[in-house]
Amino acid sequence: MARIRLEALRHSYLKQPARDADWALKNVDLQWQDGGAYALLGPSGCGKTTLLSIVSGLLRPTSGRVYFGEEDVTGQPPDRRNIAQVFQFPVVYDTMSVYDNLAFPLRNRGVPPAQVDARVREVAALLDLEAMLAQRAAGLTADGKQKISLGRGLARSDVNVIMFDEPLTVIDPHLKWRLRSKLKELHQRIGMTMIYVTHDQTEAMTFANEVVVMHEGAVVQVGTPVELFERPRHTFVGHFIGSPGMNVLPCEVDNGVPRFAGVPVPTANAATGTRAGARTEIGVRPEFVRFADEGVPVRVVRVADAGRHQVVETRHADTVIRVLLKEHETVPAEHAHLAFDAAFTRLYVDGWVAGETA
Amino acid sequence: MLALKDVVRRVGGRTHIHPTSLELRPGGFNILLGTTLSGKTTLMQLMAGLLPPSSGRILAGGRDVTGVPVQKRNVAMVFQQFINYPNFSVYENIASPLRVARLADPQVRARVGKIAELLQLTPFLGRRPAELSGGQQQRTALARALAKDAELVLLDEPLANLDYKLRESLREELPRLFEDRDCTVVYATSEPGEALLLGGHTATLHEGRVTQFGPNGAVYREPVDLTTARVYSDPPINTAQVAKRGGRIQLSETVSWPAQGALAALADGDYILGLRPHHVLPASGGNGGVQVEGRVLIAEISGSESVVHFDLGGMTWVSLSHGVHAFRVGETARFTLQVERCFYFAPDGARTAG
Repeated sequence: MARIRLEALRHSYLKQPARDADWALKNVDLQWQDGGAYALLGPSGCGKTTLLSIVSGLLRPTSGRVYFGEEDVTGQPPDRRNIAQVFQFPVVYDTMSVYDNLAFPLRNRGVPPAQVDARVREVAALLDLEAMLAQRAAGLTADGKQKISLGRGLARSDVNVIMFDEPLTVIDPHLKWRLRSKLKELHQRIGMTMIYVTHDQTEAMTFANEVVVMHEGAVVQVGTPVELFERPRHTFVGHFIGSPGMNVLPCEVDNGVPRFAGVPVPTANAATGTRAGARTEIGVRPEFVRFADEGVPVRVVRVADAGRHQVVETRHADTVIRVLLKEHETVPAEHAHLAFDAAFTRLYVDGWVAGETA
Repeated sequence: MLALKDVVRRVGGRTHIHPTSLELRPGGFNILLGTTLSGKTTLMQLMAGLLPPSSGRILAGGRDVTGVPVQKRNVAMVFQQFINYPNFSVYENIASPLRVARLADPQVRARVGKIAELLQLTPFLGRRPAELSGGQQQRTALARALAKDAELVLLDEPLANLDYKLRESLREELPRLFEDRDCTVVYATSEPGEALLLGGHTATLHEGRVTQFGPNGAVYREPVDLTTARVYSDPPINTAQVAKRGGRIQLSETVSWPAQGALAALADGDYILGLRPHHVLPASGGNGGVQVEGRVLIAEISGSESVVHFDLGGMTWVSLSHGVHAFRVGETARFTLQVERCFYFAPDGARTAG
């Protein structure tokens, strides 16, 4: 096991990249500590799969270096990096028993039978697969098969990192909870470095201690789930994380005070770095908006019942502002006013939170 | 309007759909909610005329259409395994039902343009399906179904392969898209959250049976049985054996609460309790509810919500609460059960009271 360091990674699938958009990865510097649980989160096309392929060695970056510990592995093929991968669709040998599936990577490496047996039983116990070791893999459910894929990654003791590429996409929601908890529990028990690639914020946020949010080939923020939720550095992070995402309201800055709809809006950050012609916006999550006697005048447009809460869509002129209410809270009639919790309301300049540089 | 009357579907010796009668709500969203293999897809294929029922009848607008093949019905479908015309551009794929309906070119352009915009396909209109990502291909199939002016639109987990955020915006847009159209939409999903947000009516399915059909919120908040409560809960609903004795509901030797309201009339005996995770909260002082102590197994913080799995008398319970609540794995922590939100089921699963 080792710390993983990515230094100034750039990658283009084109022979002669010219424009900014030609780069699948623009300039990525990242560090993953040994034993951490990380997530790479972003929409399709953000570069997360490219990044994963570079770490696993399936792809050689156009420029930049990959280090495992102190060793530069940029030019090493995948089989020399000791990485286990779990893919979206379970990779399982249907004709083999569960036992033989788990033993496969060990036997492949010439591990003595007694050691293979001990390790297979240990891994089976971790994943609650003990009762089905003799069963053929063909008869298993999707989550059972995915557990085997995972078990094969865990079986090897020489693995630097386990990488998960959208591992729960084909799993039913009620089983997702179980498998996700199992992953989390496994990480807590064995402390192996795990990197989880997904477009699903819930999966990323519940699994990882640290989430890397990617957008258009660049890392926009690295942080704990709480940091990403409470202090998004960029409006993209605010929008992408949270369901529904952060409200982003175009605003004016008047003597250092942001104003929306003519109403001054107190924010947690100061309006430093605003220059003439810059795009200024207020970002506030639906969780931190409430109905009040005065404030921003709005119209209540519709209410969606999300079970444990209600999502209320309001509008001021053409701008949509969403408000999250508890399950049984009363929604005001058509005309209402909104107040924002200043501690969680921020000013953004050209997408980036004011007072911080991009 | 579409109705199923005692429809059964058997294949070989196996029953895929048990006798089902269902009157879909016209001009709105009808959601089929259930896990994989619960019968959602089979039911849709029966509705479309892709499969004949083994017995029973299918009525469309009062007319018996049992056995009428899909080609002769005005139906649009999108399946999870999407299908496009490989030799057509995205534009022509979306336009194809409009061409069949002999719409004039300017109308075709306007309609395709609007739908492409909604599904974020505008930059790809000139490409062939093979040049698109899986998500873009799925959106193309969806766009074609939306372009067609069908009486019955069947959408079988159409958003399952799409990105989270795109799914979120389409969940909001789809019902609006059908708002002023006179068609019946059937939408299959395995996600309770999606069913709720889409609005309309929901039929919960389990092992080839419709367990309940009604307005979304009503099915969610007043499930008729344990199966429905399970199907309509994400994260999974907490369940436990309880007993009613001496005017109290007993969860364990040390945890019990008074059987009030409708529960007072309940006969003494064994019941199954159901309580959704968002009604099990980290205890912060003694404000109502029933306090329990459990050993923390897993603690997950999603940013806006905290999920804690804990052991209570040998059973795993899940608590889901708003905000950030830090727990250490292995510690004993206090939780509040909001018992006024409990459902009680008879041992056979039928809802009794509460």
